Amino acid sequence: MAKLNVNGTVRDHDAEPETPLLWVLREQLGLTGTKYGCGVAQCGACTVHIDGVAVRSCVMPVSGVQPASKIVTIEGLSRDGSHPLQKAWVALDTPQCGYCQSGMIMAAAALLKTKPRPSDADIDEAMTNICRCGTYNRVRAAIKQAAGMPTARSASAQEIIHVDRRTT
Amino acid sequence: MSAVLAVSRRAFLCTTAGTAGAFVLGFPVRAAAQGATPEVNAWVVVHPDERVVIRIARSEMGQGTLTGLAQLVAEELECDWKNVGTEYPTPTENLKRQRIWGNFSTGGSRGVRESHEYVRKGGAAARMMLVQAAADEWRVPASQCTVDKGVISHAASGRRTSYGKVAAAAARLTPPSEVPLKDPKAWKLAGKPLARLDTVDKTTGKQVYGADLQMPGLVNAAIRACPVFGGKVKSFDAAAVAQRRGVLKVVKVGDDAVAVVADTWWRAKTALDTLPIEWDFGENAKVQQADIDAMLKAGLDADQAAVGNQNGNAVDALAAAATRIEAVYSYPHQNHATMEPMNATARWTADRCEVWTPTQNGEAALAAAAEAAGLPPAQCEVYKIHLGGGFGRRGAVHDWVRQVVAIAKEMPGKPVKLIWSREEDMTHGRYHPVTQCRLRAGVDAQGNVTALSMRISGQSIVAAVFPQNVRDGKDPVVFQGLNNGGGEAMFGYVVPNLVIDHAMRNPHVPPGFWRGVNLNQNAIYVECFIDEIAHATKQDPLALRRKLIQDPKRLAVLNAVAERVGWDRPAADVGGQKVFRGLAQTHGFGSYVAACAEVSVSKDGDLKVHRIVAATDPGHAVNPQQIEAQVEGSFVYGLSAALYGACTVKDGAIEQTNFHDYPVLRMREMPKVETMVVPSAGFWGGVGEPTIAVAAPAVLNAIFAATGIRVRDLPLAKTSLKKA
Repeated sequence: MAKLNVNGTVRDHDAEPETPLLWVLREQLGLTGTKYGCGVAQCGACTVHIDGVAVRSCVMPVSGVQPASKIVTIEGLSRDGSHPLQKAWVALDTPQCGYCQSGMIMAAAALLKTKPRPSDADIDEAMTNICRCGTYNRVRAAIKQAAGMPTARSASAQEIIHVDRRTT
Repeated sequence: MSAVLAVSRRAFLCTTAGTAGAFVLGFPVRAAAQGATPEVNAWVVVHPDERVVIRIARSEMGQGTLTGLAQLVAEELECDWKNVGTEYPTPTENLKRQRIWGNFSTGGSRGVRESHEYVRKGGAAARMMLVQAAADEWRVPASQCTVDKGVISHAASGRRTSYGKVAAAAARLTPPSEVPLKDPKAWKLAGKPLARLDTVDKTTGKQVYGADLQMPGLVNAAIRACPVFGGKVKSFDAAAVAQRRGVLKVVKVGDDAVAVVADTWWRAKTALDTLPIEWDFGENAKVQQADIDAMLKAGLDADQAAVGNQNGNAVDALAAAATRIEAVYSYPHQNHATMEPMNATARWTADRCEVWTPTQNGEAALAAAAEAAGLPPAQCEVYKIHLGGGFGRRGAVHDWVRQVVAIAKEMPGKPVKLIWSREEDMTHGRYHPVTQCRLRAGVDAQGNVTALSMRISGQSIVAAVFPQNVRDGKDPVVFQGLNNGGGEAMFGYVVPNLVIDHAMRNPHVPPGFWRGVNLNQNAIYVECFIDEIAHATKQDPLALRRKLIQDPKRLAVLNAVAERVGWDRPAADVGGQKVFRGLAQTHGFGSYVAACAEVSVSKDGDLKVHRIVAATDPGHAVNPQQIEAQVEGSFVYGLSAALYGACTVKDGAIEQTNFHDYPVLRMREMPKVETMVVPSAGFWGGVGEPTIAVAAPAVLNAIFAATGIRVRDLPLAKTSLKKA
């Protein structure tokens, strides 16, 4: 049994050492919020943090993660969806199909750690994740809103009526 | 976890278990399943605690139809929006109840526009029954009762009750025969920019997609189909991978694919990667992209063609014209590339088959599952899961559902989850049809367009997917955006002599409905060629369009974008670069759309799309902020296609395998989008697709304005914009 520190808990797994971290998270540890999109580090749907740095877990062999390294997945970003990015994401109704959004949020969270007030160029550089529904402009606005910066969302989006829909 | 296995006939939901506990897509229906909370009618269930469950027949794939349809029901129901949740009825339940929920198909931007009337009536009828139940209890006429946010009042006696208290009695009433609907002008929920119902779980990782399903005893399958369409499996050496850790079985699937089943998907996938497979590639292995291009080119001059729209005599008028303009355009195969690859889970026994899958059409998925299972549909069930993108790939054909059922049949009683790799997904799509188009225009000395001919040569989706709908060799869907009237996708220019026809040429690459469908290339052909006519005859592209358009709704969206950008004065420079504009307009999926793109092109040929201003008239706008999201998303999808999207054929197989060689738009390339939603009422149009069609021509026309380079061969990546 090998060990991983995920979302503040040390977890055992018995995956082969070359197994990508993505599939250890999803299939060994049951953390399915991190998604498979391409398997070749192109799309970013699999983005997690290792010691605070955004990593594309689909190409990271689990053996390359040190036992002492702290992995954070979307499930561990906040206990209750209260991370400023998650709140901004909800406030601007950012997701469409939602499949890429875990990776988007994790990439954005790593960005805000190093650049609390990112410029558009910073966002362009850090946010290379693919979204096929086309949420890019709301993603940008949500990052700025989470950073406490003015956003340029249209009036209609500002007037959205918010209702907490969590059913758990 | 037992909730999964306890899914009963009355439990409509796809109930899925995740590792952090049981998740339910929507509200739990345990009470309903036990009969304690009867439905008021097929569309509405009211729980004693006032929770309202609205049934949604169409699939949510990001486009927001779940929220929009719920708004329409809730509007008439007069319930408290805060209490609203949703659930999917299953296709088998729909069959058993004589299709009480109507069509499940979620494509063609149809979700709202084809079901708005009957879902509103469902909400209104439920309200009438709930109010009647209260009136009966109070022994007063229902006409004396009022309702607000689920609270029913009788002013004269001061009595009040709530939907939750009278729902059981209401369910026993005979449904009303006359169900009047509100005037949309009186809407309080519909027409408003409400927040989506499905957002929060998509920000926490809790949203369960098909690939995330877990259930006791579940095994995982990876699959590889013959790279050449039409090819077959000759042989494979199962023994070579049998000893690998976790491998349970190697299964031939149909005659063209092999699957490895293992305890985890990663073990299945890596075993499949090493599995020796011999293919019989068949005749199609001889086909190269150049062969397809030549086949279509020949169609441009073919004698036989199906006419889609004509008036006057275009041939004679072209011959007589003072000026003739001609151009040939082409549009490639493209993959949908949903972010979530194809996947499904199935459990098969000799007398029952269940399938869990993201699908745009639960009924079509059920038909595919039943056929593959060898069981009547009534003994099968499909549980729909929110899609990680659809774009048409998950609607008409359910090849992955047939596959998973075939695998599950080899392992009776075991739930089998099949996930395609991205490479499998990229090379086994149902591709955007490939076409070429020759356009000819005749213009008189005054600059009036006297004749227009348009010969489309290329692939028919309908011939491949619904061949029964091809009549006398004519695929009517080919003419999207080119039709003479009809209200669905009309040609917008009034020309005295017109002919638009189609020479069907079907390569072996399987085509499919791809977000925007045939409107995509048709709008490029028409809108870029109109721009060509304008430049060739020294007319302003906006002025020429205004001259040729008569439909006031079409003019209204075009004028709206022109005014917003300030068409009559040049665009301001950005970062020292001159900015140029291009226009496009079209009508499709029942809606009118127009766009103006502002671009700059550097000396090195680097394109920057700075801003797109768009206008949409969908008749009625059910959720303006979601329409805005659809318009923005349409530009991402449309620009991805215009700039990069091409699947090409080598030795009969698709060459592109992943996002490194099938690039799509990313954030740094995303223009600012200004969306005007301008509903003019009186009709219902779709919003998920039409704007895609104006993305490419608006940008291509702006590129011409900037560079003088007319891009006619899509995608743009094939053409250098570097100044000579």
